[in-house]
Amino acid sequence: MRLLETEHLTREFGGVIAVNDVDFHVEKGLVTGLIGPNGAGKTTLFNQITGMDKPTSGKVIFDGNDITGLPAWKISRMGIARTFQNIRLYKELTVVENVMMGLHFKVGKDPFHHRFSQAIKSYFFAARENREVYHKAMEWLEFSELAEHAQDFAGSLPYGKQRELEIARALAAEPKLLFLDEPAAGMNPSETSHLMRVVDKIRNLGVTVVLIEHDMKLVMNICDNITVLNFGMKIAEGTPNEIKHNKDVIEAYLGRDEEEDS
Amino acid sequence: MDTLTLYMQYIVNGLTLGAIYSLIALGYTMVYGILKFINFAHGDILMVGAFVGLLVYTALTGEAADPGVWTIIAFFIAMLISMGFSALLGVLIERVAYKPLRNANRLAPLLSAIGVSFILSNGAAWIFGTQSRRFPYPFANDPIRIGAIAITPHQIVIIAVSVIMMILLTFFVNKTRMGKAMRAASLDQATSMLMGINVNRVISLTFAIGSALAAVGGILASFDFRVYPSMGTMTGLKAFVAAVIGGIGNIQGAMLGGVLLGILEAVGAPLLHIPNSMRDTVAFAVLIIVLLVKPDGILGKNEREKV
Amino acid sequence: MLNFFQLILIYAGIYALMAIGQNCITGYTGMLSLCHAGFLCIGSYVTAIMCKTFGLSFWLSLPVAAIATGLIGLLIGIPTLRLKGDYLCIATLGLGEIIRNIATNLNPVGYNSIPRASLFGYQFASRNKFAFILLIWFFVLVFYILFQQLAHSRLGRAMIAVREDEVAAQSNGINVTKYKISSFVLGAAVGGIAGCFQTAYTLTVQPASFTFMVSVMVLCTVVLGGMGNAKAVILGAFIIQFISYFPQLTGLTNVIPAQAKQIIYGLLLVVMMLCRPQGILGRDRYRYGDPRTRKEKIHDFFSRPKKSAKGGNV
Repeated sequence: MRLLETEHLTREFGGVIAVNDVDFHVEKGLVTGLIGPNGAGKTTLFNQITGMDKPTSGKVIFDGNDITGLPAWKISRMGIARTFQNIRLYKELTVVENVMMGLHFKVGKDPFHHRFSQAIKSYFFAARENREVYHKAMEWLEFSELAEHAQDFAGSLPYGKQRELEIARALAAEPKLLFLDEPAAGMNPSETSHLMRVVDKIRNLGVTVVLIEHDMKLVMNICDNITVLNFGMKIAEGTPNEIKHNKDVIEAYLGRDEEEDS
Repeated sequence: MDTLTLYMQYIVNGLTLGAIYSLIALGYTMVYGILKFINFAHGDILMVGAFVGLLVYTALTGEAADPGVWTIIAFFIAMLISMGFSALLGVLIERVAYKPLRNANRLAPLLSAIGVSFILSNGAAWIFGTQSRRFPYPFANDPIRIGAIAITPHQIVIIAVSVIMMILLTFFVNKTRMGKAMRAASLDQATSMLMGINVNRVISLTFAIGSALAAVGGILASFDFRVYPSMGTMTGLKAFVAAVIGGIGNIQGAMLGGVLLGILEAVGAPLLHIPNSMRDTVAFAVLIIVLLVKPDGILGKNEREKV
Repeated sequence: MLNFFQLILIYAGIYALMAIGQNCITGYTGMLSLCHAGFLCIGSYVTAIMCKTFGLSFWLSLPVAAIATGLIGLLIGIPTLRLKGDYLCIATLGLGEIIRNIATNLNPVGYNSIPRASLFGYQFASRNKFAFILLIWFFVLVFYILFQQLAHSRLGRAMIAVREDEVAAQSNGINVTKYKISSFVLGAAVGGIAGCFQTAYTLTVQPASFTFMVSVMVLCTVVLGGMGNAKAVILGAFIIQFISYFPQLTGLTNVIPAQAKQIIYGLLLVVMMLCRPQGILGRDRYRYGDPRTRKEKIHDFFSRPKKSAKGGNV
C-alpha cells in the first residue's frame, strides 16, 4: 500500500528546475532510500512534501489526502515528521525539552475539546500536563539511548548524538512517515552502525521511513526500496539490487564510459 | 500656475528629496548586503555628519557670510572633512559594537546598534543642545526659472553632488579590486575569505563608505530640514524605507528606491491632501505595504532561508 | 529623598509591567518589537477617556485598556509579524511613532485632571505614594505569576521553540504565526495595563511623553535583567528606574545633564550585548521532570531559598 505519492511534482527556482516532474512513492512500512548526486533535488523534494516550501506544480498525496501546499505545521500534525540536513535542534534548551517540543500537539487528543479550550486547559493545568509530557519524552529518550543526557543542553551533545536527538524529537510526534535528511552525514563508522540499529528499531515500531543518504553501504543495507534522482528527475527506482546494476544510475554517479575514455 | 507645472515642480522637489534618501539608503543597503544586518545607528551618523559639516563651515566662513566663491569652497571643504570624520566614526562603531557580535544570535547586533544610536543622538543633544540650527546657504539662493518651474541652486547642488557620488560608487564597486572584493564578500563571506579576501577590511571599508555617504546626505538634507540631534531618526528611517523599496542589499535598488520615495512623498502628499504632520506616517505605511507585497523590493533578489 | 525612593518604586512597577509584556514578545518568542511606547500610550488614553470623558471607574478601564491594546496589537501584528527580525524591529518602531502621531493629531494637549481611582471609598491620591506602590506591585505580582505560568506551560514552550528555530518549530507541528501573534497580543495588553496605572498616578496624559525613548527603556529593562526571565526583568526595572532618578536622588540635577541617563541606557545595551548577552540573571532555567511535588517545592523554597531560586537546576 502506498502511504505517500507525489504526482508530477515540480519546483522551479527562477528558471532552475530543482525538482522536475517527479513521481515519487513510498510503500507503507518499508524503508525507502532517496539517493542521487549532490544538487539532484533530494532535499528540495523533501521540502515540498513536508510543506517547508510550496511546489510550482504537481500534487502530494499522503494517506489518501491531498496535502499539496499545506503549511508545514499542519502536515506534521497529519503524521509526517522530519529531520534536517543541517541539524536544527533547539540548542539552548535541554535534551528533554527538545523532545517535549516534538510532543507539542500530542497532548489533548480529546476530540470534544476545541483547540482553544485545549490551550486554556494547557495553561491552567500546566503542571500536570508537563509531568505527562516529560514522562513521554523520557520514554523516547530511553528508546534512543539518550536518557542519561536528558538535562544537558542540546547544543553541548556530540554531533552524532545531536542527530539521534533530532530523530528522537521527530519520533515523539508518533508519525506515520519519518523523513531523515542525511542522518549519517558527519558520523564516524561506529556512530553509523548505531544509527542503522536505530533505523531498524524505528521500522519495527511500524513507522515508514524515507531517508536521503550518501553512505551507499548504509543505504544498500537498510533500504527496501531506492529512488534515484539526478538533475531533478527520477532516473530509477527499485530494490537495492536492481539499483546497483542500473545503467543510468551508474552513469549518473560515475559519468559515461565515453567521457572516461576520452 | 496650471496643474501640470505644479506637479512638475513637485517632481523636481521630489527628485531633490529622493537624491538625499538615495545617498543615505546606500549605507543601509551596503551594510545589509555584507552583514545581513540593519545598521540602526546609520541615521545618527548622518546627524553627526551634518553637525561636523556645519561646525567646519561656520568656522571657515563665520556666522553670516554672504554667499560667494569662498563660501562655496568652504562648503566643499566642510563636506570632505565631515565625510572623513563620519567614515572614521562608522568604522569605529563597527569595530567596537558590531564586530564582536558577528557570530552571536541575530538579536544581539541589532540591540547593540539601537544602543549606539541612542548614545550618538543623546550625546549630540548633550554637546550641542536640542535646539535646531540653520545651515546657511553657501550659494546665492535665487531660484532659476525653467519655464514656470523654479529650481534653486541648492537643489541643483543636491542633485549634482548625489549623482557624482553615486557614479563614483558604481565605478568603485564595479571596477576596482576592493569593490570586487566587496561584491564577493556580500555573495559569500566564507568563500571570499578562502579566496584571500580580507573580509574584515572589506567590512570596515563598507562602513566607511556608507558613513561618508550618509554624512553627505546629512549635510544636503540640512538645507531643508535644519540640523538637530534627532534629525537622523526620521531621515534615516525614510532612507531605510527607500532601501527596502529598491530591494535591500542592492546598490542600484537603493538609488532607485530613494528617488521613488522622494517623488512619492513630494507628489503624493499634495495629491492625496495629506497634512504635513502625517507625512512621516505615510512613509511607514508605504514601508509596511512594500514589505507585505514585495518584501524583496523592486530590484532585490529572492532570498529564502535554506532548510 | 524618601520621596524619590517611593517614586522609583512606583515607576519600577509600571516599567516592570511593561517589561513583562516586552519579555513575552522579545524574551519568549524572540521578536524584537519597539512599540511598547505605543501600547503604553493606548492604555493611558483609554483610562483618560473613560474616567474623564465618560466618568467611568478606573477599574473598568483596566480590562478595556487590555482588550483595546490587545486588539491594536493584533491589528499591527497580523501584517508585520510575518517579517523577518530586522524588518519587524523597524516596522514596529514606525508603528509606535504612528500611534503617537495619531494621538497628537487627535488631541495635541492630551488630558488633565483625570479623576482619581478609588477602591472601597479610598481615593488613590498622587501624594499618597505608599498606596500606589502597594497597588502597582500587587498587579506586578499578579502578572508575574500569570506569565510564569505561561512560560512553563506547553504554550510558552511553543513560543520558546519559535524563538529558537522557526523551521524546527514548524516541523514539530507548532503554528508559528499563531504563537507569534498570541505572544504579541499578550505583551501588548500588559503594556496597555501599565498605561492605565501611569495615568492613575500622574492624572495627566500627554502625547509627547510616549516617545521612542520609552520603548528603548523597556527594551533595556528586559535586556539588562535577562531576556526570557520574568524575575530578571523586574530586577531590570529597578535598575533602570534607579538610573533614571539618580540625579534627583543624589541632588546632582544641576551637575548631571538631562541626556546622561539616555546615554547610559545606550551604553548599557551595547555593553550588555558585548559582555553578557544573557542579562544579569540569565535565562530562566525551569527544570522539567522535577520529582518534587508542589508542596515540597514550596517547602524547599522557604527552607533552602538558594537552591530553589535556580529551580533546582543541574
